[in-house]
Amino acid sequence: MALSKEEVRHIAALARIGLSDEDLDRFSGDLGAILDWVKQLDEADASNAAPTAHVVGTDNVSDEDAVAGFDNREGLKALFPEERDGYDQVRSVF
Amino acid sequence: MIKELHEKLMSGEKTSVGLTREYLDRIKEKNGDIFAYLKVTEEEALERAHAADDRIKKGEAVGLLEGIPGAIKDNILIRGIQATAASKILDNYIAPYDATVIARLKEQGAVFLGKTNLDEFAMGSSTENSAYGTTRNPHDPERVPGGSSGGSAAAVAADLAVWALGTDTGGSIRQPSSFCGTVGLKPTYGRVSRYGAIAMASSFDQIGPIARTVEDAAIILGAIAGEDRMDATSARSWAKPYQDYLTGEVKGLKLGLVKSHLEGLSEPMRSSFQGVIDAYRSMGAEIVEIELPHAEYSLPVYYVIQPCEVSSNLARYDGIKYGMRSDDRKDSDLESVDIDLPRTLLETYLDSRHYGLGNEVKRRVMLGTYALSAGYYDAFYLKAQKVRTLIRRDFEEAFRKVDMILTPTAPTPAFRIGEKTSDPLQMYLEDIFTITANIAGVPAISVPGPEVEKDGKKLPFGFQLMGKWFDEEGILNAGDAYEKNGK
Repeated sequence: MALSKEEVRHIAALARIGLSDEDLDRFSGDLGAILDWVKQLDEADASNAAPTAHVVGTDNVSDEDAVAGFDNREGLKALFPEERDGYDQVRSVF
Repeated sequence: MIKELHEKLMSGEKTSVGLTREYLDRIKEKNGDIFAYLKVTEEEALERAHAADDRIKKGEAVGLLEGIPGAIKDNILIRGIQATAASKILDNYIAPYDATVIARLKEQGAVFLGKTNLDEFAMGSSTENSAYGTTRNPHDPERVPGGSSGGSAAAVAADLAVWALGTDTGGSIRQPSSFCGTVGLKPTYGRVSRYGAIAMASSFDQIGPIARTVEDAAIILGAIAGEDRMDATSARSWAKPYQDYLTGEVKGLKLGLVKSHLEGLSEPMRSSFQGVIDAYRSMGAEIVEIELPHAEYSLPVYYVIQPCEVSSNLARYDGIKYGMRSDDRKDSDLESVDIDLPRTLLETYLDSRHYGLGNEVKRRVMLGTYALSAGYYDAFYLKAQKVRTLIRRDFEEAFRKVDMILTPTAPTPAFRIGEKTSDPLQMYLEDIFTITANIAGVPAISVPGPEVEKDGKKLPFGFQLMGKWFDEEGILNAGDAYEKNGK
């Protein structure tokens, strides 16, 4: 069953993905079909299973709370889409 | 192949520069048709080859991989080289650091020929989802190489690389290996560090080798495996020289077989897989029938959990710190979203992801967002993780009776380009034999079996061995035995 355009719009907004009208049509069909298909999970009886947290059971790994530094700041700065005075220039929030 | 080449380098019969040039020339000749490589790093490769030749000439102690050229899937970071994940949104991204696997291979003296093509962000089973074009199967250019590591598998199959690295989240090393006639291994989850691999679904992803022979795959695994402090999910384990565990013997080995796997195959795949079963029997292995009762839920478990993790991991591609940023209002055709957030920053997110991400990626991000959202989390994500536990238990149960499990790698050999692109679900069904290993976290290898004939063409068809957790040497040994004695 296809998702409504409203639902797809809502999901796309949550996912921060802009969609054109053509996209809305395409995805409402696709997503509906996939969601129907994965609904098979309803049939499985998982009443005595805990959710898998880590598949090979590794325990929490901790590290020292110390500054390690990174040796390629220039490499990172070169990636800024827009740069000003060594900072990453972004659109204002307000 | 690696050992032979190593001997030639040590004896002086070949130089790494000569060998690397051979491969670079072959790439120039064939990559236009096959499109295995997105980027060939000729200069860097020859530089590393020179350095390897120097070390060898000076008589320094060197390993098997010194000076041996390979290919790296373009979702694994090599410092200073592009890493696009075959996506437009990373079109201009130059990796600022080496993945741990790359750092380890550099220590071993390996040479990198270039970055190979993949399905965008490793999402797909055919490499048709690459934003840069489809790779062609070297055995038949009308067919796909498989995916998502199609470029790496095609490169090794077409002798455009001695070895390659791929990543495997739902079968992306093993299935293209089956389609291209190479060996492909997905390690136990946590065996190989994920640091520097562009994340897709973090509880499934693993980096692994693609090679011409099981021995070569073993050598590569030994170079890259082992705990890494930079990857908190990596397991407390150390690499072994896995090639030293290949005895050629499988007498008394208990191989589990799920009967419906064989019965569900149509010809000529069924005969090929039966041939493998018969070969193992004749080598002295015992075939034991097993059941994996919850395996029927593998596909929905995978296609819920994976998109959820994808939606989280791909949130970083927002046009802010790196990658493609698109927020020119006049380019935007987006009237359809109405949220009352400040339009300008939101536009950066919406437009960058609208123009930068392909359709399959968008599909999976949205699926994951939906399944994790309020009201749906319990029914989808939580339920899937519980069923995942049931599947894992099935494996624990099976491994009480058998040493490893034998299955086909994929239900079919390589299909035609365009054959499965009209319906996403058709493509997802390709993963049916491979995803269980990612769900349970066990190691799995695809080894070429008897070829099958389709439309008058002989095509590769692989079989899969899934081993106990951390038993890579077991499945490597069994695969190697087939290669040496079973064919």
